[in-house]
Amino acid sequence: MTWAVFAQNLVNGLSLGSLYALVAIGYTMVYGILRLINFAHSNIFMLGAYMLFYADLMFRLPWWLSFVIAVIVTAIMGVIVERAAYRPLRQAPRISALISAIGVAYFIENLGLVVFGGRPKPFPVPAFFSKSYQLGSVYMANIAWVVPLLSGILLFGLMVLVYRTKVGLAMRAISHDMETSSLMSVDVDRIVAITFGVGSALAAAGGIMWGLKYPQINPLMGTVPGLKAFTAAVLGGIGSIPGAMIGGMLLGMLEIMLVASMPALSGFRDAFAFLVLIVILLARPSGLMGREYREKV
Amino acid sequence: MQIQHDPRRARLKLILTLLSLALSALAIWWANNNLSSYYLRILNLAGINAILAVSMNLIFGFTGLFSLGHAGFMAVGAYTCALLTLPMRSKQTIFLLAPLAWPFNAVTLPPFPAVLLAGLAAAVMAYLIGLPVLRLRGDYLGIATLGFAEIIRVVANNIPTITNGALGLKGIPSFANNLWWTWGWAAATVWVTSRLVNSVYGRSLLAVKEDEVAAEIMGVNLTYHKILSYVIGSAFAGVGGALMGSLVTAINPKTFGFMLTFNILIIVVAGGLGSITGSVITSVIYTVLLEALRPIESGWSIGPLHVPEIPGLRMVVFALVLLVIILFYQRGLFGGREFTWDGVLDWIDRKRNRKQEVAG
Repeated sequence: MTWAVFAQNLVNGLSLGSLYALVAIGYTMVYGILRLINFAHSNIFMLGAYMLFYADLMFRLPWWLSFVIAVIVTAIMGVIVERAAYRPLRQAPRISALISAIGVAYFIENLGLVVFGGRPKPFPVPAFFSKSYQLGSVYMANIAWVVPLLSGILLFGLMVLVYRTKVGLAMRAISHDMETSSLMSVDVDRIVAITFGVGSALAAAGGIMWGLKYPQINPLMGTVPGLKAFTAAVLGGIGSIPGAMIGGMLLGMLEIMLVASMPALSGFRDAFAFLVLIVILLARPSGLMGREYREKV
Repeated sequence: MQIQHDPRRARLKLILTLLSLALSALAIWWANNNLSSYYLRILNLAGINAILAVSMNLIFGFTGLFSLGHAGFMAVGAYTCALLTLPMRSKQTIFLLAPLAWPFNAVTLPPFPAVLLAGLAAAVMAYLIGLPVLRLRGDYLGIATLGFAEIIRVVANNIPTITNGALGLKGIPSFANNLWWTWGWAAATVWVTSRLVNSVYGRSLLAVKEDEVAAEIMGVNLTYHKILSYVIGSAFAGVGGALMGSLVTAINPKTFGFMLTFNILIIVVAGGLGSITGSVITSVIYTVLLEALRPIESGWSIGPLHVPEIPGLRMVVFALVLLVIILFYQRGLFGGREFTWDGVLDWIDRKRNRKQEVAG
């Protein structure tokens, strides 16, 4: 691998990694608070891309406005999912909530197939994003730096929200102990709804940027990135926000580098993420940044 | 739990068991000869789902190992059985791009030993995977086993000399399109599982599920019991996969995606964790419901209201039904309860006593 090719792959890995990180955050935040694997998250990711598609196609809005609207609408959908399918099960066994999540995933996926149609749709990519430059011997499209930059801004905003505001304090309190924080006059229902909204907004942004990178969208587009992002969240230590970011980056980077350095193994690309996950879990059973649970006897 | 030593009741239970076995055999014989192939297919699928659900219930419901690797073991079983039962001639026509590897290019087995070997192959795989992974707890175990299942699938996609890659295998002999096969294996699964969970081993599995630390202190060998349950459950998953491959006669790596595992998980949880009865009955309900919903999407009209054909609507309605069931039966349809003759007889006794009280 020459330096130029390496640099190119580094940029690719960075943008794939930041997308995984964006989606992984949603999994990890929900898990941190409700101990629930939100399987519908990958469908929320898909909805984000479709919302932009329709905002752009039907209302002919400027691109940035479509982006904002798509993110907001998807966030609202995430909140609705929580209200309808998860809140009634908060006192139920955890596995029931998980099945409910799978049910919601089925529901959104198949509703997507019915409403949007199964045929892939061309995603609107403004000319600005696909314009490319030549830097030395490296070709770089604008999209290559826009994705990491936008993801970075969103992740920074999230960090500020979680670690510098009252809402974030409440989130961290609930993830530590829901019952006690509700006694300390934290409005649990409201904070959980906000968590779902924020997580879904990030997933929507991730879905839209995924669409920019691979401009063909279909109702099943969320499955593979969703599963990989979840893997990233677990690998980083599920429940930990910095863990999800590190996990996402690591996974995206390793995946790109594997394919680049050993093209013969590119067929195994989708298995590689899980191999990394299993190796890391065997060394650190609760992920890289996960809380260690010591059992008291 | 009370143990009753009533010889009359023991004899009555034996008679009832034999009678219901004979009735089931008669029902299977009648169905095999009289039902249309469409209904037979649904019933066969229900039987296979029952095998898969009960085996997952053993791993998850009785031992508490949150494993999402079922589809992987099914894939191992399905490929093993298909490669062993495919006749030589179709092997030659299928494997055009890359020749089939030894030993599959040399042997063709009758269905029964092939299915047994499929179960064995899945069990070996479960042992190899379980040994390192079963140390993990809770959701971490779930995602690690899910990862292994996906790895199996991706590997199957990339070894054309054994699996024929993404094209898969077709023309698999359809011996499993026969209720004796599917429900016979389902009965075997239920029998083995219920014998196991009601034995000393079963008590240990329960102890592992409830509290690993406490179980270990009481002298339960954690690794041994977890592996035991995992290997047996996965062996039946392999058998289920083998039968499914034979029923649909064509398999490829996409058949064994993780959604397949989720479908079985849905059956197990909706039926009630730790209830074999629940798993079996819910398998039937689930399979029949999916088919019964088919008319919804084919278009219908009530008076002036005309609904056009909407493909895919079936799954939307199915998901809604599932959500409603989970919201209202949070512990599954059967909770942890089982159907037993003792339960039935006690219930009859209670009824009779109440009647006597009213009469007296």
